Amino acid sequence: MAMTSSRTAVVTLPTDTQILITRTFEAPRHLVYKAYTTPELIKRWWGGDHGVVTLAEVDLRVGGGWRYVMTANEGFEVAFHGEFRELVPNERIVSTEIFEGMPEGEAVSTVTLAEETGRTLLTNLSEYPSKQIRDAVINSGMEGGMQESMDHLEQVAVSLR
Amino acid sequence: MARAATTADAFNAVAEPRRRQILDVLAGGERPVNDLVAQLHLAQPLVSKHLRVLRQVGLVGVRDHGRQRLYRLDGRALKPIHDWVKNYERSWSRRFDRLDVVLEELKKTKEEDDGDDE
Repeated sequence: MAMTSSRTAVVTLPTDTQILITRTFEAPRHLVYKAYTTPELIKRWWGGDHGVVTLAEVDLRVGGGWRYVMTANEGFEVAFHGEFRELVPNERIVSTEIFEGMPEGEAVSTVTLAEETGRTLLTNLSEYPSKQIRDAVINSGMEGGMQESMDHLEQVAVSLR
Repeated sequence: MARAATTADAFNAVAEPRRRQILDVLAGGERPVNDLVAQLHLAQPLVSKHLRVLRQVGLVGVRDHGRQRLYRLDGRALKPIHDWVKNYERSWSRRFDRLDVVLEELKKTKEEDDGDDE
């Protein structure tokens, strides 16, 4: 019975090297922060429809690392990792983010949580090293669900074995 | 090399921030070039140059109205860009739908714990 229709993610491209995602949640921000930083909870949502998250490691401190591994529905594995640069509990998470299939594409992602009357506005601004890499992320199989990219990812995954 | 790319398609044309500003203004309705110059505080030759690029990729149309030429946005050329981003957006929407479920559970747990907390 949740009013999900008003809670859609909005993606915009503020500059050539950025992706901005915004979304409102019907929950106070400390819970959103908890769901974003607790491994057992990350495993439950981060894969979306793309696959099953098999590993979520989070060393929640500045300089600490995180790593997520997902088995995609198509059977191959994709992994992301990064390092926390700034942490303001319940408010702000700044971290690097590297897709292990494209290690030169390190992004810096800033997640901000703003609470108003029990609802939380989440903004996730990711900054990429180039427009080319930013565009590749939007195109990527994991996010876009395009078969072509999936095939490419699979090749990458196989070559990494 | 970069110059040629800007006129190749709508994706490249909107990569330039000034051209996005022009499109934002035209989204409000038809405008003569002088209005764009005044609103964006840019030199007229520069605005005209950007308008030329936008017309080449079909993002902007033009018609003569008396002594003026009026420029308008043609949203059809933006559709591929819209679709491109939408796909990515859908993917995050699904992820966040799952996060909603997790949050609902956390809220319930919190309510049960409230006797201890506050």
